[in-house]
Amino acid sequence: MPPVISVRDLRKSYADVTAVDGVSFDVDQGEFFGILGPNGAGKTTTLEIIEGLREPDSGHATVLGLAAWPRNGALLPRIGVQLQASSFFERLTAREQIRTFASLYGVPAKNADEMLGTVGLTDSAGVRAEKLSGGQAQRLSIACALVHDPELVFLDEPTGALDPQARRNLWDLLREISSSGRTVVLTTHHMDEAESLCDRVAIMDHGKILRAGPPAALVRELDQPVRISVQSGLITRDEAAARAGPGAAVTDDGVSLTIATRDAGPALAGLAGADALAGLRVQGATLEDVFLSLTGREYRA
Amino acid sequence: MRGGGFASLSRAMFLGFIRDRTALIFSILLPVLFLVFFGSIYKNSSAPEISLIEVGQVRLLSQARRADPGVASVLAVRDARSLAVALDAVRKGNDDAAVLQRGGHIIVRYSIADQTKAGLVNSVLASIVQAANQAASGQRPRFTLSASQVEDKSLKPIQYVTPGLLGWALASGATFGAAITLVSWRQTKLLRRLRLAPIGTGSIVAARIGIALAIGLIQLAVFLAIARLPYFGLKLTAAWWMTIPLVACGILAFMSIGLLVGAIAKTQQAATAIANLIILPMAFVGGAFIPLDFAPDWVRQASYVMPLRYLVTAMQDVMARGEGPSAALPAIGILLGFTLVAGLAAMRLFRWDDI
Repeated sequence: MPPVISVRDLRKSYADVTAVDGVSFDVDQGEFFGILGPNGAGKTTTLEIIEGLREPDSGHATVLGLAAWPRNGALLPRIGVQLQASSFFERLTAREQIRTFASLYGVPAKNADEMLGTVGLTDSAGVRAEKLSGGQAQRLSIACALVHDPELVFLDEPTGALDPQARRNLWDLLREISSSGRTVVLTTHHMDEAESLCDRVAIMDHGKILRAGPPAALVRELDQPVRISVQSGLITRDEAAARAGPGAAVTDDGVSLTIATRDAGPALAGLAGADALAGLRVQGATLEDVFLSLTGREYRA
Repeated sequence: MRGGGFASLSRAMFLGFIRDRTALIFSILLPVLFLVFFGSIYKNSSAPEISLIEVGQVRLLSQARRADPGVASVLAVRDARSLAVALDAVRKGNDDAAVLQRGGHIIVRYSIADQTKAGLVNSVLASIVQAANQAASGQRPRFTLSASQVEDKSLKPIQYVTPGLLGWALASGATFGAAITLVSWRQTKLLRRLRLAPIGTGSIVAARIGIALAIGLIQLAVFLAIARLPYFGLKLTAAWWMTIPLVACGILAFMSIGLLVGAIAKTQQAATAIANLIILPMAFVGGAFIPLDFAPDWVRQASYVMPLRYLVTAMQDVMARGEGPSAALPAIGILLGFTLVAGLAAMRLFRWDDI
């Protein structure tokens, strides 16, 4: 099956800034694909080129087998784009918003109301968009992107400024969207989000893709030590170091005793042998570590 | 599908407008308040009453009022106990003049604080004395004078206040509506969202034009309904229906100015400021607030570059001055010309988003 999105060597510059500098990737049918990167990495421009909103300086993007540029009327009903929680008509209620978007695609009002139910907004249907909570507004904007049942959905920072409950809540919705066989492309700078949702991610910085692959594979590639910690006072530092074997670094801050090692087996067995497993936590590297190791740790405004 | 897009966009824009209190206040309520205010203060201003204080008996005055109902309608007369009291009232401006009679001698004391009134008092009383002298001579007058104004008797202030304020209401409604909608849709990225929907730019523009025209016709209907109340007494002349195409062309012209403002401005505040800079001077110089007939020469000269001038004067012509339908045609042409120029400029400067 041909890829749903195929991007080859995209380049785009504005005035003196190179926003996208030779980006290539494919997204397959049914995949949940994440584009990660710090602000200004070129994520949004890449997405805009794929959506057909901008013309690349060079390279090309193909979406569902059709060229993304120039704006293709046949492509538009097959893609859904969620931009921002505020991209609504002023002073319309949630129901009026989604019905308006539905009719732009020739979708009947009944389907629009059903979609409102799918994202759990039936009770707020009569509330004006400006009065919805952050999470509700995001749900509405996702519903508006899905109302015409597109094959391919673009989500741009969908959990931007949400509180933890609303984020987890939205993740469930996003998983549902993807499990129905749609292809989803997500941009985010929340690493936990990408790790939890995406089948595959591409990490971008300075207009280039630095690394791409399934989150777990990227984390493994990083080959970082595992951090094993237990309650302090169960075992001495020296004994822990002896049991964990060579290459393990042991620290004890009086709250937790932590062993950092690339070989977790002997360390865990040693702690178990000393009956020192109370409060056990095993932390591997995360996508965030991968991200920071690729993009650097210096602060960027 | 294209038709569905147009209809639902129109509906969304219309609901957005009627639910927007600020827009309703500025495009309908405020102009109507101005109409009521100006309509009331200018009411009857064409025949100012003179209030006289009669000190003692002034037989000539009561004779004249009995003999000529015209004189009676212009003069309001009250009595005073003494000359001192009467003069005090005149000095304070409560009354226009004090009158007393000493035998065949009529004495008038007036204030020149209001020179128009002072002149009026003098000429009315002089004519009363003259008429009495002429009657005393027992001869029929050899010469008579009949004077009447060149305008239709019905050209009361409401007849030019209504088209002027309506023109201002239409201009500010269309300009602000188009400018602010464009900027806020660009800022919230709604514009970009619409570009990703399978509808043409034409549908979006057509829906916006349709809504602006609908709002303009609502403004026209509200203005006519209020100005034609017996209290204000607007009388429409034969070709008044030409105001409808005039309003439509005026809306197009000001909407394209608004789109130009919206294309230039980056924020709503900037759009509001620029639109104010265009509309307010135009309202003062273009004949909306101050009738051009009463305006100084430089204002009249400057008004020729303002589209509002053509809208307002043409509406006056067909609505109040009784001119034929063709009187509106030059204005319609000029307004469409403004639409074309501003519209093309707006198209050139148009941006889908802020980058």
